Amino acid sequence: MLLIPCPWCGPRDEPEFKFAAEPALRPTSDVSDAVWADYLYLRTNEKGFHREVWSHAGGCGQFFLLERDTLTHTIHRALKPGEPS
Amino acid sequence: MRYSAVSLLRQGLAGQTGWPQAWRSPEPKKSYDAVIVGGGGHGLAAAYYLACVHGMRRVAVLEKSWLGGGNTGRNTTIVRSNYFFPESAAIYDFALRLYEGLSQELDYNIMLSQRGILMLAHTEHDMELMARSVNAMLLNGIDVELLDAKQVRAEVPLLNFAPDARYEIHGGFTQRRGGIARHDAVAWGYARGASGLGVDIIQGCEVTGFDIVAGRVTGVQTTRGAISAGAIGLAAAGHSGVLAGMAGFKLPIQSYALQAMVSEAVKPILDTVVMSSATGMYVSQSDKGELVFGAGLDLYPSYAQRGNLPVEREVIAGMLEMFPAFRRLKLLRAWAGLVDVCWDYSPIIGPAPVQGMYLNCGWGTGGFKAIPAGGWMLAHLLATGQHHPISAPFDLSRFETGRLIDEAAGAGIAH
Ligand SMILES: Cc1cc2nc3c(=O)[nH]c(=O)nc-3n(C[C@H](O)[C@H](O)[C@H](O)COP(=O)(O)OP(=O)(O)OC[C@H]3O[C@@H](n4cnc5c(N)ncnc54)[C@H](O)[C@@H]3O)c2cc1C
Ligand SMILES: [Zn+2]
Repeated sequence: MLLIPCPWCGPRDEPEFKFAAEPALRPTSDVSDAVWADYLYLRTNEKGFHREVWSHAGGCGQFFLLERDTLTHTIHRALKPGEPS
Repeated sequence: MRYSAVSLLRQGLAGQTGWPQAWRSPEPKKSYDAVIVGGGGHGLAAAYYLACVHGMRRVAVLEKSWLGGGNTGRNTTIVRSNYFFPESAAIYDFALRLYEGLSQELDYNIMLSQRGILMLAHTEHDMELMARSVNAMLLNGIDVELLDAKQVRAEVPLLNFAPDARYEIHGGFTQRRGGIARHDAVAWGYARGASGLGVDIIQGCEVTGFDIVAGRVTGVQTTRGAISAGAIGLAAAGHSGVLAGMAGFKLPIQSYALQAMVSEAVKPILDTVVMSSATGMYVSQSDKGELVFGAGLDLYPSYAQRGNLPVEREVIAGMLEMFPAFRRLKLLRAWAGLVDVCWDYSPIIGPAPVQGMYLNCGWGTGGFKAIPAGGWMLAHLLATGQHHPISAPFDLSRFETGRLIDEAAGAGIAH
């Protein structure tokens, strides 16, 4: 069971949360199909240290950035949107 | 050695001391015409078909741990071809037809048991959507049948038909040619077949990098030295993204843990595979008598090869809801595999962005049933550099053109 530290609510159990995506910046609408496909579908899918957007869906509903290890499931830290990393 | 009643008798009389190794374990050579990364079912099948269909013998399979130690030896062994889109029906039914002759072809019993696979509908809406799926599958030439609640009850009387059942059963559909097979035997049978045709199967050999010259791959770096190769096939399932990273590109794949579990063994009580659209769980009974069951993914990226308790609990709750009689069984084991999930729940087969490199990945939660076809297609690519007509729609370019084959929405079933 993951214990995830919501930046607003503190540590809560895994079932309250939803993994959303790898963070990415949405390109402008005039880019090529390749750039758009990269944004929509391609992932680094990192083994080890990984930055992820999660939401506390079953709690405060907020999105936040989670730094987590995908191999060991160690959670390093959670950041509010815009919080300097 | 040919396996037969005679060889069994002879070895029995000799105290089982004369069985030769099923495949050779040679030292890696410096160079091969084709190198396949990943000794799961897809990689081993590709090596076998390269040798027997295309006559290529200077071929190696590199596996970082042991054969079938990835998803091929961790899955719940369901085989079926009841997919919604014609492209999927073509590839999965090709696989099922190859499976039907595989024990004979490989002289190795893969224990294919075509006991049928039943998908349940729990509401009238489920039934309507199911009728639509069944019609699409029939048009694809797949042998499926829509069943009403009475027929389902006659086939699987143990299901929860109580008036207060949380998920009422309105009917279902079955593919009678579907069923299960022995996963290890599929890996071992292909390994033995390939090795017998001269393929080098090299375990304990991890690929750690690629040699790429002017956009073309010329070989691999491994924990057992450098190996040059005319063509390279990647069949590394959950680690496909890691290999792509080494070669300098990204894939539309996310790796997740998928769990399964078995109960203690009991006498025969369930003679088909049952899946539920409401709980997402599925169950079958192995030849040993264990109930083998699972459901959805642990829905966050993972390379841990283990799942977590919340999903395990949901799987078990789902099964007990469907089969109250299983309530008193003990859980024997639970485990997870590392699955490579594509956004449209269809595989990626075709050339990689690096010349001379070919992909077979993205099978996600359902690629055991596809092993013979996935191997066939990868072999075709490695030998000819061209798509087989069946694999063409699964090319990586579909994510750019938008021609996805969205089986997640289409058939609505995993595994
Ligand atoms: C719990 C569970 C249940 C499932 N149930 C079903 C089912 O009922 N029906 C179905 O059809 N499918 C099912 N699947 C999916 C199915 O198991 C997989 O899609 C299929 O086995 C994939 O085969 P593969 O050969 O591509 O991968 P794998 O068998 O995973 O083989 C890939 C191999 O590559 C090796 N490798 C990785 N990186 C490297 C490297 N750098 N160098 C060398 N080797 C490397 C790995 O060690 C591994 O052995 C299930 C999966 C799981 C986990
Ligand atoms: Zn919160």
